[in-house]
Amino acid sequence: MTLGERVRADFPILERTIGGRRLVYLDSAATAQKPRAVLDALRAYYERSNANVHRSIHTLGEEATELFEAARDRVRAFIGARHREEIIFTKGTTEAINLVAHTWARPALAEEDEILLTEMEHHSNLVPWLLLARERKLRLRYVPVTEGGHLDLGALDRLLTRRTRLVALTHVSNVLGTVNPVAEIVERAQAAGARVLIDGAQAAPHLPVDVAALGVDFYAFSGHKLGAPTGIGVLYGRREILEPLEPAFGGSEIIKEVWLDRVTWNDLPWRFEPGTPPIAGAIGLGAAIAYLEGLGWDAIRVHEAELTREALARLPEVEDLQLYGPEDPEARLGVVSFNLPGIHPHDLAAALDSEGIAVRAGHHCAQPLMRRLGVVGTARASFYLYTTPDDIAALVAGLRRAHELLGVGRLRSSAR
Amino acid sequence: MGALYSDVILDRFRHPRYFGELDAPDAAHEDVNPLCGDRVRIELRLDGGRTPAIEAVRYRGDACAIALASADLLAEMVEGRPVREAAGVDRERLLAALQADIRPSRLRCVTLPLDVLRGALAALKVTS
Repeated sequence: MTLGERVRADFPILERTIGGRRLVYLDSAATAQKPRAVLDALRAYYERSNANVHRSIHTLGEEATELFEAARDRVRAFIGARHREEIIFTKGTTEAINLVAHTWARPALAEEDEILLTEMEHHSNLVPWLLLARERKLRLRYVPVTEGGHLDLGALDRLLTRRTRLVALTHVSNVLGTVNPVAEIVERAQAAGARVLIDGAQAAPHLPVDVAALGVDFYAFSGHKLGAPTGIGVLYGRREILEPLEPAFGGSEIIKEVWLDRVTWNDLPWRFEPGTPPIAGAIGLGAAIAYLEGLGWDAIRVHEAELTREALARLPEVEDLQLYGPEDPEARLGVVSFNLPGIHPHDLAAALDSEGIAVRAGHHCAQPLMRRLGVVGTARASFYLYTTPDDIAALVAGLRRAHELLGVGRLRSSAR
Repeated sequence: MGALYSDVILDRFRHPRYFGELDAPDAAHEDVNPLCGDRVRIELRLDGGRTPAIEAVRYRGDACAIALASADLLAEMVEGRPVREAAGVDRERLLAALQADIRPSRLRCVTLPLDVLRGALAALKVTS
């Protein structure tokens, strides 16, 4: 029995049927399904301990605070951070990256400074920098993506200049599945005097991240992609970088003392968590991490590597199918993007949905990468620990039928 | 699986009647669907009569079957018709012609060509 078959019973939603058919959920890179352990933790919190955190001097308040801060400790251990002050709860990856843009980059970067990104970034690690570049007259540069779907690291020496202040890139591509050599890039970027931010949205669900070993300055990820609720994410920032920074947003919680004409800031990490935080979300994230750790990261990695190999081996059985990303299954993780010529990816996704198969289709919030690939969009199947070889077989069969339905030669009328 | 896309949509997608471009359009308009990046362009030519009517319509696009079928049906509805009548074609009429159960998430695929047509008609008024 594969891990996928073993853990399916832990995910109540997988019992659902879609139009009378078994749900084949292949959209985990968009958001993962939630294990019962997380749902139970949320329910227990709301049924037994719900209160606001940090300032409630009563039993429930103390329990809520304890649960909330315990979740932070679990996250710290999960990503190998040295200090709990380095773990800031956010709404998700997007907010975490924007937080770095507003609190660190805006005051630190000056006109003509450069930020090095890559052509495979998700819009959430692109648009914040476009906004800041416009405001501060910064220059954005991009590491190209090779035909094989890798970052062209040969270009790195040319692209890292004396003016490069930040290198921001994704750990794993949400379109190609490419696992980027983060440790090497961090080393070369920091040697050139740049800080490094890693978008870990597609990596944290699948592999044990070790921010200390990677040496990154900032690392961002979302809870909902690893089984936690939506609305909770994490920004890791090295303590010495965060310590002197001012908050991005005003409000309660982030302050030490407030007068009518001035304010002093709270300590880390609360300085960057204004207002009532997503308490249940953080508790859910802690529960999700505990669940994954209980199964073991090695088991999860072995299972997902097997799924990737299986998908890359079987998808070419579908006639005319165009696959994107590295050919080597070892170089990728979690997602497989593809197209059938002449069929729009949304039509492909709708055809699959009619068989209960959920895939993502479109530009995947990576329009520059779509242009690089020369396509409007792709369809994308993404896996998680509960995905089974049966799911991949269903995908292959569904794609074959979609090809029959929609993939006939199209005659185009010409202009008169 | 045949129930997913109506026969009308599949037919228009496979055998479009109005796909292409015009030699000398009197107006053209193009727009994208920000949700999916789909792009549709519509070109119009007038017949030069006293009551302006649309002599020819062509469309192009990188778009899904629903959007392309909608554009094709729309072109058929307005070609040869007076401009004022073309401007009156609405979403309900187009949806009825598609004979399909369009889900809310795909409604924009139907309305994108309609918005593009309205943009082209507006451009006509400016230039004529």
